[in-house]
Amino acid sequence: MTRVGVVTFPGTLDDRDAARAVRLAGGEPVALWHADADLHGVDAVVLPGGFSYGDYLRAGAISRFAPVMGEIVDAARTGLPVLGICNGFQVLTEAHLLPGSMIKNDHLHFVCREQVLSVERTDTPWTRDYAQGERITIPLKNQDGQYVADERTLDELEGEGRVVFRYEDGNPNGSRRGIAGISNAAGNVVGLMPHPEHAVEPGFGPDGPQGPRSGTDGLRFFTSVLHALVG
Amino acid sequence: MGRVVVDVMPKPEILDPQGKAVAGALPRLGFGQFSSVRQGKRFELEVDGPVTDEVLAAARAAGEQVLSNPVIEDVVAVYEDTQVAAQ
Repeated sequence: MTRVGVVTFPGTLDDRDAARAVRLAGGEPVALWHADADLHGVDAVVLPGGFSYGDYLRAGAISRFAPVMGEIVDAARTGLPVLGICNGFQVLTEAHLLPGSMIKNDHLHFVCREQVLSVERTDTPWTRDYAQGERITIPLKNQDGQYVADERTLDELEGEGRVVFRYEDGNPNGSRRGIAGISNAAGNVVGLMPHPEHAVEPGFGPDGPQGPRSGTDGLRFFTSVLHALVG
Repeated sequence: MGRVVVDVMPKPEILDPQGKAVAGALPRLGFGQFSSVRQGKRFELEVDGPVTDEVLAAARAAGEQVLSNPVIEDVVAVYEDTQVAAQ
């Protein structure tokens, strides 16, 4: 069975949900501990949301120096699929696996809502089960979610097709060019602010076409990586 | 004991939402003379011995590699806190 590692840092909140999402998709979740410099032979890694190390220096900044991150950075550079969700996205930018950074939401408030996204790139191991331009709804919850990068970097991301998700129906945090998620040049590393792992099971996700809490648009992140790895 | 101060500020071109919120609050509290506020961070790094050039260089390196994120922040000053040195 395909093994997907889920990292727990001090302050991580969504590791259980991410592991559950992997299981519901048909994979085997493997708990990875921040202080352990070993990936236990996993086939992919999820950096879940939360407030790693309390976000004290900057969101995601201290996690970059965790022993497990050294292994993840090396493996990501040789093609290991890595997904960073929310704080995990912040960790990926601080580790320089993804460009840019996140600052406080432009309205200064914590935001928690069901967010519509457009899927802009489907040739990554995390998005292959979506259709190009598809609109999906998954929860968004953050305080430091405003994606920023200099104009040159933004132009590069757009030009190379590395904007993976964009906010639809309004920009919830002031992110540059409505960017909700991006990938590295190779496409194996993807980061996004909204939370697919909270929309994987009927009864617990956003409202969907089948009725209240029926939305499971996040599940295909996890089926995508399993399909990508099986080939 | 010596102390080095590292001041980190958001880059000028980065919108500083916190500073903007503070700038909005000041006039409401009677401080109408300030047209803009930017909020940064001050780090105080202590060493057991004196603050040498090597210590200052290390503090600058720490400022640039760890204490700030060069995408959004600048290290604007690295200096010895002479009040601590005099004690």
